[in-house]
Amino acid sequence: MTAQPKASELSAFDPLAARAEFEILGREVYGKPLVYLDNAASAQKPRAVLDAMKIFAENEYANVHRGVHYLSAKATQRYEAARESVRRFLNAGSVEEVVFTKGGTEAINLVAQSFLAQRILPWDEIVLTTMEHHSNIVPWHFLRERQGAVLKWVDVDDDGALDVDAVDAAIGPRTKFVAVAHMSNVLGTVTPLKEIVRRAHAKGVPVLADGCQGAVHEFADVRDLDVDFYALTAHKLYGPTGIGALYGKRAHLKSMRPFNGGGEMIAEVTKDNVTYAEPPARFEAGTPPIIESVGFAAALDWLSAFERPAIAKHEHALLAHATSEIEMLNWARIIGKAPGKGAILSFEAEGMHAHDLATILDREGVAVRAGHHCAQPLMERFGVGSTTRASFALYNTHAEVETLIAALHKARKILG
Amino acid sequence: MDESLRDLYQEVILDHSKHPRHFGVLAAPTHKGEGHNPLCGDRVKIYLHVDGSDHIDDISFEGRGCAISQASASLMTDMLKGRTLEEADRLMGGFLHLVKGEDATSLEGEDRERLDVMAGVSEFPMRVKCATLAWHTMKSALEGGSTAKSE
Repeated sequence: MTAQPKASELSAFDPLAARAEFEILGREVYGKPLVYLDNAASAQKPRAVLDAMKIFAENEYANVHRGVHYLSAKATQRYEAARESVRRFLNAGSVEEVVFTKGGTEAINLVAQSFLAQRILPWDEIVLTTMEHHSNIVPWHFLRERQGAVLKWVDVDDDGALDVDAVDAAIGPRTKFVAVAHMSNVLGTVTPLKEIVRRAHAKGVPVLADGCQGAVHEFADVRDLDVDFYALTAHKLYGPTGIGALYGKRAHLKSMRPFNGGGEMIAEVTKDNVTYAEPPARFEAGTPPIIESVGFAAALDWLSAFERPAIAKHEHALLAHATSEIEMLNWARIIGKAPGKGAILSFEAEGMHAHDLATILDREGVAVRAGHHCAQPLMERFGVGSTTRASFALYNTHAEVETLIAALHKARKILG
Repeated sequence: MDESLRDLYQEVILDHSKHPRHFGVLAAPTHKGEGHNPLCGDRVKIYLHVDGSDHIDDISFEGRGCAISQASASLMTDMLKGRTLEEADRLMGGFLHLVKGEDATSLEGEDRERLDVMAGVSEFPMRVKCATLAWHTMKSALEGGSTAKSE
Protein backbone atom coordinates (compact mmCIF):
# COMPACT_ATOMS: atom_id res chain seq x y z
CA MET A 1 0.00 0.00 0.00
CA THR A 2 1.33 3.41 -0.92
CA ALA A 3 1.27 5.97 1.85
CA GLN A 4 -0.27 9.34 1.15
CA PRO A 5 2.53 11.39 -0.39
CA LYS A 6 3.60 14.41 1.62
CA ALA A 7 3.50 17.76 -0.16
CA SER A 8 7.28 17.84 -0.30
CA GLU A 9 7.35 14.45 -2.07
CA LEU A 10 4.97 15.43 -4.84
CA SER A 11 6.59 15.53 -8.23
CA ALA A 12 6.01 18.68 -10.18
CA PHE A 13 3.77 17.87 -13.12
CA ASP A 14 5.53 17.58 -16.45
CA PRO A 15 3.01 16.68 -19.18
CA LEU A 16 5.62 15.24 -21.51
CA ALA A 17 7.18 13.09 -18.82
CA ALA A 18 3.73 11.84 -17.82
CA ARG A 19 2.91 11.20 -21.45
CA ALA A 20 5.96 8.99 -21.81
CA GLU A 21 4.35 6.61 -19.33
CA PHE A 22 1.65 5.77 -21.88
CA GLU A 23 2.95 3.28 -24.42
CA ILE A 24 -0.10 3.55 -26.66
CA LEU A 25 0.31 7.29 -27.17
CA GLY A 26 3.46 6.60 -29.17
CA ARG A 27 1.65 4.60 -31.83
CA GLU A 28 0.43 5.66 -35.21
CA VAL A 29 -2.95 5.15 -36.85
CA TYR A 30 -3.21 5.23 -40.65
CA GLY A 31 0.42 6.28 -40.70
CA LYS A 32 -0.23 9.39 -38.60
CA PRO A 33 0.73 9.92 -34.96
CA LEU A 34 -2.20 9.13 -32.70
CA VAL A 35 -3.86 12.21 -31.18
CA TYR A 36 -6.11 10.77 -28.53
CA LEU A 37 -8.84 13.24 -27.59
CA ASP A 38 -11.54 10.82 -26.48
CA ASN A 39 -10.55 10.81 -22.85
CA ALA A 40 -14.01 11.52 -21.49
CA ALA A 41 -15.07 8.18 -22.98
CA SER A 42 -12.08 6.36 -21.56
CA ALA A 43 -8.54 7.36 -20.69
CA GLN A 44 -5.41 5.44 -21.59
CA LYS A 45 -3.49 3.58 -18.93
CA PRO A 46 0.03 4.38 -17.73
CA ARG A 47 2.70 1.71 -17.36
CA ALA A 48 2.35 1.86 -13.57
CA VAL A 49 -1.22 0.58 -13.85
CA LEU A 50 -0.52 -2.14 -16.40
CA ASP A 51 2.58 -3.29 -14.54
CA ALA A 52 0.80 -3.38 -11.18
CA MET A 53 -1.90 -5.67 -12.59
CA LYS A 54 0.59 -7.93 -14.33
CA ILE A 55 2.91 -8.25 -11.34
CA PHE A 56 -0.01 -8.91 -9.04
CA ALA A 57 -1.46 -11.55 -11.35
CA GLU A 58 1.91 -13.22 -11.71
CA ASN A 59 2.75 -13.25 -8.03
CA GLU A 60 -0.14 -12.77 -5.64
CA TYR A 61 -3.39 -13.60 -7.37
CA ALA A 62 -6.16 -15.75 -5.90
CA ASN A 63 -9.78 -15.19 -4.98
CA VAL A 64 -10.43 -12.85 -2.08
CA HIS A 65 -12.18 -13.20 1.29
CA ARG A 66 -12.50 -16.95 0.88
CA GLY A 67 -9.47 -19.15 1.27
CA VAL A 68 -7.16 -19.49 4.21
CA HIS A 69 -4.18 -20.10 2.00
CA TYR A 70 -1.24 -17.79 1.44
CA LEU A 71 -2.28 -16.31 -1.91
CA SER A 72 -5.85 -15.78 -0.81
CA ALA A 73 -4.60 -13.75 2.12
CA LYS A 74 -2.24 -11.77 -0.12
CA ALA A 75 -4.91 -11.04 -2.69
CA THR A 76 -7.37 -10.03 0.02
CA GLN A 77 -4.83 -7.61 1.43
CA ARG A 78 -4.31 -6.05 -1.97
CA TYR A 79 -8.03 -5.81 -2.65
CA GLU A 80 -8.65 -4.12 0.69
CA ALA A 81 -5.62 -1.89 0.17
CA ALA A 82 -7.26 -0.78 -3.07
CA ARG A 83 -10.34 0.17 -1.10
CA GLU A 84 -8.11 2.28 1.11
CA SER A 85 -6.66 3.98 -1.98
CA VAL A 86 -10.16 4.91 -3.13
CA ARG A 87 -11.07 6.10 0.35
CA ARG A 88 -7.99 8.32 0.42
CA PHE A 89 -8.64 9.65 -3.08
CA LEU A 90 -12.17 10.66 -2.08
CA ASN A 91 -11.20 11.66 1.46
CA ALA A 92 -13.96 9.41 2.75
CA GLY A 93 -14.12 8.85 6.50
CA SER A 94 -13.88 5.09 6.38
CA VAL A 95 -13.17 2.22 3.99
CA GLU A 96 -16.57 0.89 5.01
CA GLU A 97 -18.06 3.71 2.99
CA VAL A 98 -16.40 2.52 -0.25
CA VAL A 99 -18.19 -0.15 -2.28
CA PHE A 100 -16.49 -1.61 -5.33
CA THR A 101 -18.76 -1.85 -8.37
CA LYS A 102 -18.40 -2.70 -12.03
CA GLY A 103 -18.26 0.99 -12.78
CA GLY A 104 -20.12 4.27 -12.39
CA THR A 105 -23.28 2.90 -13.97
CA GLU A 106 -23.57 0.06 -11.49
CA ALA A 107 -22.85 2.42 -8.61
CA ILE A 108 -25.82 4.60 -9.57
CA ASN A 109 -28.09 1.62 -10.18
CA LEU A 110 -27.12 0.32 -6.76
CA VAL A 111 -28.29 3.53 -5.10
CA ALA A 112 -31.50 3.60 -7.16
CA GLN A 113 -32.41 0.02 -6.31
CA SER A 114 -31.05 -0.43 -2.82
CA PHE A 115 -31.52 3.04 -1.36
CA LEU A 116 -34.20 5.00 -3.17
CA ALA A 117 -36.54 2.22 -4.33
CA GLN A 118 -37.40 1.49 -0.70
CA ARG A 119 -38.15 5.09 0.06
CA ILE A 120 -40.09 6.28 -2.94
CA LEU A 121 -43.87 6.43 -3.33
CA PRO A 122 -45.99 7.39 -6.35
CA TRP A 123 -45.67 11.12 -7.12
CA ASP A 124 -42.49 11.46 -5.09
CA GLU A 125 -39.92 13.42 -7.04
CA ILE A 126 -36.35 12.85 -8.12
CA VAL A 127 -34.56 16.02 -9.21
CA LEU A 128 -32.15 15.72 -12.16
CA THR A 129 -30.50 18.11 -14.59
CA THR A 130 -30.83 18.06 -18.37
CA MET A 131 -27.11 17.46 -18.74
CA GLU A 132 -27.02 14.07 -17.05
CA HIS A 133 -25.45 11.08 -18.75
CA HIS A 134 -27.94 8.30 -19.45
CA SER A 135 -26.37 6.34 -16.61
CA ASN A 136 -27.68 9.01 -14.25
CA ILE A 137 -31.09 9.10 -15.94
CA VAL A 138 -32.17 5.57 -16.76
CA PRO A 139 -31.84 4.13 -13.22
CA TRP A 140 -34.28 6.87 -12.10
CA HIS A 141 -36.58 6.16 -15.03
CA PHE A 142 -36.83 2.62 -13.62
CA LEU A 143 -38.30 4.12 -10.44
CA ARG A 144 -40.66 6.23 -12.53
CA GLU A 145 -41.82 3.20 -14.51
CA ARG A 146 -42.04 0.77 -11.61
CA GLN A 147 -42.99 2.94 -8.68
CA GLY A 148 -44.60 6.04 -10.11
CA ALA A 149 -41.81 8.43 -9.20
CA VAL A 150 -41.75 11.77 -10.99
CA LEU A 151 -38.56 12.99 -12.65
CA LYS A 152 -38.15 16.71 -12.21
CA TRP A 153 -35.68 18.29 -14.61
CA VAL A 154 -33.57 21.34 -13.93
CA ASP A 155 -32.42 22.97 -17.13
CA VAL A 156 -29.02 24.48 -17.80
CA ASP A 157 -28.72 27.94 -19.35
CA ASP A 158 -27.57 28.62 -22.91
CA ASP A 159 -23.93 28.45 -21.82
CA GLY A 160 -24.58 25.12 -20.16
CA ALA A 161 -24.23 26.52 -16.65
CA LEU A 162 -26.37 25.21 -13.81
CA ASP A 163 -27.97 27.75 -11.51
CA VAL A 164 -28.01 26.54 -7.93
CA ASP A 165 -31.16 28.55 -7.25
CA ALA A 166 -32.92 26.64 -10.02
CA VAL A 167 -31.95 23.36 -8.38
CA ASP A 168 -33.08 24.71 -5.03
CA ALA A 169 -36.41 25.81 -6.50
CA ALA A 170 -36.97 22.35 -7.98
CA ILE A 171 -36.57 20.68 -4.58
CA GLY A 172 -40.08 20.65 -3.21
CA PRO A 173 -41.96 18.90 -0.40
CA ARG A 174 -42.29 15.72 -2.47
CA THR A 175 -38.65 15.59 -3.53
CA LYS A 176 -36.94 12.51 -2.17
CA PHE A 177 -33.65 12.66 -4.00
CA VAL A 178 -31.30 14.80 -6.09
CA ALA A 179 -29.01 13.16 -8.68
CA VAL A 180 -26.57 15.44 -10.45
CA ALA A 181 -23.32 15.19 -12.37
CA HIS A 182 -20.25 16.67 -10.73
CA MET A 183 -19.07 17.52 -14.24
CA SER A 184 -20.93 17.18 -17.54
CA ASN A 185 -19.48 14.67 -20.00
CA VAL A 186 -20.67 16.80 -22.93
CA LEU A 187 -20.41 20.42 -21.86
CA GLY A 188 -17.58 20.21 -19.36
CA THR A 189 -19.75 22.19 -16.94
CA VAL A 190 -18.69 21.77 -13.33
CA THR A 191 -21.74 21.92 -11.11
CA PRO A 192 -21.81 23.87 -7.83
CA LEU A 193 -22.04 20.55 -6.05
CA LYS A 194 -21.21 21.65 -2.52
CA GLU A 195 -23.87 24.36 -2.62
CA ILE A 196 -26.43 21.99 -4.18
CA VAL A 197 -25.79 19.54 -1.35
CA ARG A 198 -26.12 22.29 1.25
CA ARG A 199 -29.45 23.48 -0.18
CA ALA A 200 -30.81 19.94 -0.55
CA HIS A 201 -29.79 18.99 2.96
CA ALA A 202 -31.51 22.09 4.29
CA LYS A 203 -34.70 20.46 3.00
CA GLY A 204 -33.72 17.01 4.22
CA VAL A 205 -33.04 15.62 0.74
CA PRO A 206 -30.01 13.41 0.01
CA VAL A 207 -27.81 13.96 -3.06
CA LEU A 208 -25.98 11.59 -5.37
CA ALA A 209 -23.19 12.98 -7.52
CA ASP A 210 -22.21 11.22 -10.73
CA GLY A 211 -18.48 11.70 -10.47
CA CYS A 212 -17.38 9.80 -13.55
CA GLN A 213 -15.92 12.98 -15.05
CA GLY A 214 -15.69 15.07 -11.89
CA ALA A 215 -13.38 12.64 -10.12
CA VAL A 216 -10.93 12.99 -13.00
CA HIS A 217 -10.80 16.75 -13.35
CA GLU A 218 -12.03 18.14 -10.04
CA PHE A 219 -11.35 17.44 -6.39
CA ALA A 220 -13.82 14.88 -5.21
CA ASP A 221 -13.54 15.42 -1.48
CA VAL A 222 -16.71 13.74 -0.33
CA ARG A 223 -16.46 15.02 3.21
CA ASP A 224 -15.97 18.59 2.11
CA LEU A 225 -18.80 18.25 -0.41
CA ASP A 226 -20.90 16.49 2.25
CA VAL A 227 -22.47 14.53 -0.61
CA ASP A 228 -24.48 11.41 0.33
CA PHE A 229 -23.34 9.25 -2.59
CA TYR A 230 -20.54 9.68 -5.10
CA ALA A 231 -20.17 7.35 -8.09
CA LEU A 232 -16.95 6.99 -10.04
CA THR A 233 -15.31 4.68 -12.54
CA ALA A 234 -11.69 3.60 -12.84
CA HIS A 235 -11.24 3.57 -16.60
CA LYS A 236 -11.68 7.32 -17.01
CA LEU A 237 -9.17 7.81 -14.20
CA TYR A 238 -6.33 6.10 -16.08
CA GLY A 239 -7.29 2.78 -14.51
CA PRO A 240 -8.71 -0.46 -15.91
CA THR A 241 -12.22 -1.14 -17.17
CA GLY A 242 -14.61 -3.32 -15.20
CA ILE A 243 -14.28 -1.57 -11.87
CA GLY A 244 -15.60 1.54 -10.23
CA ALA A 245 -16.72 2.57 -6.81
CA LEU A 246 -19.60 3.99 -4.88
CA TYR A 247 -18.99 6.19 -1.91
CA GLY A 248 -21.95 6.23 0.42
CA LYS A 249 -22.33 7.71 3.87
CA ARG A 250 -22.13 4.95 6.41
CA ALA A 251 -25.64 5.44 7.81
CA HIS A 252 -27.12 5.27 4.30
CA LEU A 253 -25.21 2.14 3.34
CA LYS A 254 -26.18 0.43 6.60
CA SER A 255 -29.85 1.19 5.92
CA MET A 256 -29.77 -0.23 2.40
CA ARG A 257 -30.94 -3.60 1.28
CA PRO A 258 -28.66 -5.81 -0.82
CA PHE A 259 -28.35 -5.26 -4.54
CA ASN A 260 -27.20 -8.52 -6.10
CA GLY A 261 -27.45 -11.76 -4.18
CA GLY A 262 -24.65 -14.29 -4.09
CA GLY A 263 -21.44 -15.24 -2.41
CA GLU A 264 -19.53 -12.91 -0.13
CA MET A 265 -22.45 -10.62 0.66
CA ILE A 266 -24.07 -12.79 3.32
CA ALA A 267 -23.71 -13.29 7.05
CA GLU A 268 -25.49 -16.65 7.07
CA VAL A 269 -27.53 -18.68 4.64
CA THR A 270 -29.84 -21.51 5.61
CA LYS A 271 -32.58 -23.25 3.66
CA ASP A 272 -35.17 -20.99 5.24
CA ASN A 273 -33.35 -17.76 5.84
CA VAL A 274 -30.54 -15.43 4.89
CA THR A 275 -28.84 -12.63 6.76
CA TYR A 276 -26.58 -10.14 5.12
CA ALA A 277 -23.06 -8.94 5.65
CA GLU A 278 -22.39 -5.40 6.75
CA PRO A 279 -21.46 -2.81 4.09
CA PRO A 280 -19.47 -2.71 1.95
CA ALA A 281 -19.46 -6.53 1.56
CA ARG A 282 -23.27 -6.53 1.46
CA PHE A 283 -23.10 -4.89 -1.96
CA GLU A 284 -20.26 -6.94 -3.42
CA ALA A 285 -21.87 -10.24 -4.32
CA GLY A 286 -19.75 -12.69 -6.23
CA THR A 287 -16.08 -12.59 -7.08
CA PRO A 288 -15.16 -8.94 -7.52
CA PRO A 289 -12.79 -7.50 -10.14
CA ILE A 290 -9.69 -8.34 -8.13
CA ILE A 291 -6.89 -7.70 -10.61
CA GLU A 292 -8.69 -4.55 -11.69
CA SER A 293 -8.85 -3.33 -8.08
CA VAL A 294 -5.06 -3.44 -7.98
CA GLY A 295 -4.95 -1.47 -11.24
CA PHE A 296 -7.50 1.01 -9.91
CA ALA A 297 -5.39 1.63 -6.82
CA ALA A 298 -2.25 1.96 -8.93
CA ALA A 299 -3.99 4.57 -11.10
CA LEU A 300 -5.15 6.61 -8.12
CA ASP A 301 -1.75 6.41 -6.46
CA TRP A 302 -0.02 7.34 -9.73
CA LEU A 303 -2.34 10.31 -10.25
CA SER A 304 -2.12 11.42 -6.63
CA ALA A 305 1.66 11.56 -6.82
CA PHE A 306 1.34 14.64 -9.06
CA GLU A 307 0.26 18.05 -7.95
CA ARG A 308 -3.36 17.93 -9.02
CA PRO A 309 -3.67 21.73 -9.42
CA ALA A 310 -0.76 21.60 -11.87
CA ILE A 311 -2.59 18.94 -13.90
CA ALA A 312 -5.74 21.05 -13.84
CA LYS A 313 -3.77 24.08 -14.99
CA HIS A 314 -2.35 22.14 -17.94
CA GLU A 315 -5.74 20.73 -18.95
CA HIS A 316 -7.35 24.17 -18.70
CA ALA A 317 -4.63 25.64 -20.90
CA LEU A 318 -5.32 22.98 -23.55
CA LEU A 319 -9.03 23.73 -23.34
CA ALA A 320 -8.45 27.47 -23.64
CA HIS A 321 -6.17 26.93 -26.63
CA ALA A 322 -8.67 24.71 -28.46
CA THR A 323 -11.59 26.96 -27.53
CA SER A 324 -9.96 30.10 -28.92
CA GLU A 325 -9.03 28.30 -32.15
CA ILE A 326 -12.52 26.90 -32.69
CA GLU A 327 -14.13 30.22 -31.81
CA MET A 328 -12.23 31.74 -34.71
CA LEU A 329 -13.91 29.39 -37.18
CA ASN A 330 -17.06 31.07 -38.38
CA TRP A 331 -18.49 27.65 -39.29
CA ALA A 332 -18.26 26.02 -35.87
CA ARG A 333 -20.27 26.53 -32.72
CA ILE A 334 -19.10 25.48 -29.27
CA ILE A 335 -21.78 23.98 -27.05
CA GLY A 336 -20.99 24.49 -23.39
CA LYS A 337 -19.34 27.71 -22.26
CA ALA A 338 -20.04 27.68 -18.56
CA PRO A 339 -17.55 29.66 -16.48
CA GLY A 340 -14.99 27.41 -14.79
CA LYS A 341 -15.79 24.46 -17.03
CA GLY A 342 -13.43 21.51 -17.36
CA ALA A 343 -11.43 20.20 -20.30
CA ILE A 344 -14.24 18.89 -22.48
CA LEU A 345 -15.07 20.68 -25.72
CA SER A 346 -18.21 19.90 -27.69
CA PHE A 347 -19.04 21.64 -30.92
CA GLU A 348 -21.03 21.38 -34.07
CA ALA A 349 -19.76 22.40 -37.47
CA GLU A 350 -21.98 23.93 -40.11
CA GLY A 351 -22.82 21.55 -42.94
CA MET A 352 -20.86 18.71 -41.38
CA HIS A 353 -22.44 15.93 -39.40
CA ALA A 354 -20.40 14.91 -36.37
CA HIS A 355 -19.90 11.39 -37.71
CA ASP A 356 -18.55 12.55 -41.03
CA LEU A 357 -16.28 15.00 -39.24
CA ALA A 358 -15.04 12.34 -36.82
CA THR A 359 -14.35 9.92 -39.67
CA ILE A 360 -12.14 12.47 -41.40
CA LEU A 361 -10.39 13.47 -38.17
CA ASP A 362 -9.77 9.78 -37.53
CA ARG A 363 -7.87 9.46 -40.79
CA GLU A 364 -5.67 12.30 -39.57
CA GLY A 365 -4.94 10.27 -36.46
CA VAL A 366 -7.26 12.37 -34.28
CA ALA A 367 -9.62 10.34 -32.09
CA VAL A 368 -12.69 12.29 -30.99
CA ARG A 369 -16.19 11.27 -30.01
CA ALA A 370 -19.13 11.97 -32.28
CA GLY A 371 -22.73 11.40 -31.37
CA HIS A 372 -25.15 12.11 -28.57
CA HIS A 373 -22.68 11.14 -25.83
CA CYS A 374 -25.38 9.20 -23.98
CA ALA A 375 -26.99 12.54 -23.14
CA GLN A 376 -30.02 12.77 -25.41
CA PRO A 377 -32.05 15.16 -23.22
CA LEU A 378 -29.12 17.57 -23.44
CA MET A 379 -28.91 17.23 -27.23
CA GLU A 380 -32.60 18.07 -27.36
CA ARG A 381 -32.02 21.06 -25.07
CA PHE A 382 -29.47 22.49 -27.50
CA GLY A 383 -31.42 21.47 -30.58
CA VAL A 384 -28.71 19.24 -32.02
CA GLY A 385 -28.75 15.57 -32.97
CA SER A 386 -25.13 15.06 -32.18
CA THR A 387 -21.93 16.92 -31.47
CA THR A 388 -18.24 16.34 -31.94
CA ARG A 389 -16.39 16.20 -28.65
CA ALA A 390 -12.71 16.63 -27.93
CA SER A 391 -11.86 15.80 -24.33
CA PHE A 392 -8.44 16.36 -22.86
CA ALA A 393 -6.32 14.40 -20.44
CA LEU A 394 -3.15 15.22 -18.56
CA TYR A 395 -1.01 13.73 -21.35
CA ASN A 396 -2.34 15.84 -24.21
CA THR A 397 -0.21 18.59 -25.72
CA HIS A 398 -0.66 21.94 -27.42
CA ALA A 399 0.79 20.41 -30.59
CA GLU A 400 -2.12 17.97 -30.54
CA VAL A 401 -4.56 20.86 -30.31
CA GLU A 402 -2.94 22.27 -33.45
CA THR A 403 -3.33 18.90 -35.20
CA LEU A 404 -7.01 18.85 -34.26
CA ILE A 405 -7.54 22.31 -35.73
CA ALA A 406 -5.66 21.47 -38.92
CA ALA A 407 -7.77 18.32 -39.28
CA LEU A 408 -10.94 20.37 -38.85
CA HIS A 409 -9.87 22.59 -41.73
CA LYS A 410 -9.22 19.53 -43.83
CA ALA A 411 -12.68 18.12 -43.05
CA ARG A 412 -14.20 21.45 -44.04
CA LYS A 413 -12.38 21.22 -47.36
CA ILE A 414 -13.70 17.71 -48.04
CA LEU A 415 -17.26 18.13 -46.82
CA GLY A 416 -17.86 21.86 -46.96
CA MET B 1 -5.87 13.05 -49.48
CA ASP B 2 -6.39 9.59 -48.06
CA GLU B 3 -7.67 7.43 -50.95
CA SER B 4 -10.31 5.69 -48.87
CA LEU B 5 -11.65 9.05 -47.68
CA ARG B 6 -11.85 10.18 -51.28
CA ASP B 7 -13.86 7.04 -52.06
CA LEU B 8 -16.14 7.56 -49.11
CA TYR B 9 -16.87 11.21 -49.68
CA GLN B 10 -16.91 11.28 -53.44
CA GLU B 11 -18.77 13.95 -55.33
CA VAL B 12 -21.88 11.87 -55.97
CA ILE B 13 -22.32 11.11 -52.28
CA LEU B 14 -21.83 14.68 -51.16
CA ASP B 15 -24.25 15.79 -53.85
CA HIS B 16 -26.92 13.34 -52.69
CA SER B 17 -26.43 14.34 -49.08
CA LYS B 18 -26.61 18.06 -49.77
CA HIS B 19 -29.40 17.84 -52.32
CA PRO B 20 -31.37 14.75 -51.32
CA ARG B 21 -33.80 13.37 -53.92
CA HIS B 22 -37.34 12.44 -52.94
CA PHE B 23 -37.03 14.20 -49.60
CA GLY B 24 -40.34 14.76 -47.84
CA VAL B 25 -43.57 13.06 -46.88
CA LEU B 26 -45.82 11.12 -49.26
CA ALA B 27 -49.45 12.22 -49.13
CA ALA B 28 -50.97 8.74 -49.08
CA PRO B 29 -48.34 6.08 -48.54
CA THR B 30 -49.32 2.43 -48.52
CA HIS B 31 -46.33 1.71 -46.31
CA LYS B 32 -44.19 3.74 -43.98
CA GLY B 33 -41.46 2.99 -41.53
CA GLU B 34 -39.13 4.72 -39.14
CA GLY B 35 -35.53 3.79 -38.63
CA HIS B 36 -33.26 4.74 -35.79
CA ASN B 37 -29.59 4.25 -35.20
CA PRO B 38 -29.38 4.21 -31.40
CA LEU B 39 -25.62 4.62 -31.50
CA CYS B 40 -25.64 8.03 -33.11
CA GLY B 41 -29.24 9.15 -32.78
CA ASP B 42 -29.78 9.35 -36.54
CA ARG B 43 -33.36 8.92 -37.67
CA VAL B 44 -34.96 8.27 -41.03
CA LYS B 45 -38.56 7.84 -42.17
CA ILE B 46 -39.38 6.06 -45.39
CA TYR B 47 -42.71 6.40 -47.20
CA LEU B 48 -43.72 4.06 -50.02
CA HIS B 49 -46.64 3.77 -52.35
CA VAL B 50 -46.98 0.28 -53.81
CA ASP B 51 -49.55 -0.29 -56.57
CA GLY B 52 -51.71 -3.38 -57.20
CA SER B 53 -49.01 -5.07 -59.28
CA ASP B 54 -46.33 -4.81 -56.59
CA HIS B 55 -44.59 -1.82 -58.15
CA ILE B 56 -43.15 0.91 -55.95
CA ASP B 57 -44.68 3.78 -57.86
CA ASP B 58 -43.65 6.40 -55.32
CA ILE B 59 -41.17 6.63 -52.49
CA SER B 60 -39.75 9.35 -50.28
CA PHE B 61 -37.74 9.83 -47.11
CA GLU B 62 -37.09 12.35 -44.44
CA GLY B 63 -34.74 12.45 -41.54
CA ARG B 64 -31.45 13.74 -40.34
CA GLY B 65 -28.10 12.17 -40.15
CA CYS B 66 -24.62 12.06 -41.53
CA ALA B 67 -23.69 12.47 -45.19
CA ILE B 68 -23.47 8.70 -45.62
CA SER B 69 -26.92 7.96 -44.23
CA GLN B 70 -28.55 10.84 -46.11
CA ALA B 71 -26.84 10.00 -49.39
CA SER B 72 -27.72 6.34 -49.01
CA ALA B 73 -31.39 7.15 -48.40
CA SER B 74 -31.46 9.55 -51.32
CA LEU B 75 -29.80 7.10 -53.67
CA MET B 76 -32.06 4.30 -52.52
CA THR B 77 -35.26 6.23 -53.16
CA ASP B 78 -33.92 7.26 -56.54
CA MET B 79 -33.24 3.67 -57.50
CA LEU B 80 -36.36 2.03 -56.11
CA LYS B 81 -38.92 4.29 -57.68
CA GLY B 82 -40.70 2.30 -60.36
CA ARG B 83 -39.18 -1.02 -59.36
CA THR B 84 -41.00 -4.15 -58.24
CA LEU B 85 -40.86 -5.42 -54.66
CA GLU B 86 -38.86 -8.38 -55.88
CA GLU B 87 -36.30 -6.10 -57.48
CA ALA B 88 -36.15 -3.99 -54.32
CA ASP B 89 -35.32 -7.13 -52.38
CA ARG B 90 -32.57 -8.11 -54.77
CA LEU B 91 -31.09 -4.60 -54.77
CA MET B 92 -31.08 -4.51 -51.00
CA GLY B 93 -29.33 -7.87 -50.78
CA GLY B 94 -26.69 -6.71 -53.23
CA PHE B 95 -26.28 -3.38 -51.49
CA LEU B 96 -25.72 -4.99 -48.09
CA HIS B 97 -23.02 -7.20 -49.58
CA LEU B 98 -21.45 -4.22 -51.31
CA VAL B 99 -21.08 -2.01 -48.22
CA LYS B 100 -19.71 -4.88 -46.19
CA GLY B 101 -17.05 -5.52 -48.81
CA GLU B 102 -18.58 -8.89 -49.74
CA ASP B 103 -19.34 -10.41 -53.11
CA ALA B 104 -22.11 -8.35 -54.68
CA THR B 105 -22.43 -10.13 -58.03
CA SER B 106 -26.23 -10.07 -57.75
CA LEU B 107 -25.97 -6.42 -58.75
CA GLU B 108 -25.57 -5.95 -62.45
CA GLY B 109 -25.25 -3.30 -65.10
CA GLU B 110 -26.50 0.15 -64.28
CA ASP B 111 -27.64 -0.90 -60.79
CA ARG B 112 -24.14 -1.96 -59.96
CA GLU B 113 -22.69 1.24 -61.37
CA ARG B 114 -25.02 3.48 -59.42
CA LEU B 115 -24.66 1.66 -56.11
CA ASP B 116 -20.91 1.33 -56.49
CA VAL B 117 -20.49 4.87 -55.22
CA MET B 118 -21.35 3.49 -51.77
CA ALA B 119 -18.75 0.72 -51.94
CA GLY B 120 -16.17 2.93 -50.21
CA VAL B 121 -18.13 2.48 -46.97
CA SER B 122 -16.73 -1.04 -46.69
CA GLU B 123 -13.38 0.48 -45.71
CA PHE B 124 -15.09 2.11 -42.71
CA PRO B 125 -16.65 -0.65 -40.61
CA MET B 126 -17.98 1.83 -38.05
CA ARG B 127 -19.97 3.56 -40.77
CA VAL B 128 -21.67 0.58 -42.43
CA LYS B 129 -24.74 1.08 -40.24
CA CYS B 130 -25.07 4.64 -41.49
CA ALA B 131 -25.32 3.33 -45.04
CA THR B 132 -27.74 0.50 -44.32
CA LEU B 133 -30.25 2.35 -42.10
CA ALA B 134 -32.50 3.56 -44.94
CA TRP B 135 -32.56 0.14 -46.59
CA HIS B 136 -33.45 -1.68 -43.38
CA THR B 137 -36.15 0.89 -42.74
CA MET B 138 -37.56 0.44 -46.25
CA LYS B 139 -37.63 -3.32 -45.73
CA SER B 140 -39.29 -3.02 -42.36
CA ALA B 141 -41.87 -0.61 -43.80
CA LEU B 142 -42.79 -3.11 -46.50
CA GLU B 143 -43.05 -5.87 -43.93
CA GLY B 144 -45.35 -3.73 -41.82
CA GLY B 145 -42.84 -3.41 -38.99
CA SER B 146 -42.79 -0.29 -36.89
CA THR B 147 -39.22 0.69 -36.11
CA ALA B 148 -36.10 -0.55 -37.82
CA LYS B 149 -32.68 -0.50 -36.29
CA SER B 150 -29.53 -0.46 -38.31
CA GLU B 151 -28.31 -3.78 -36.95
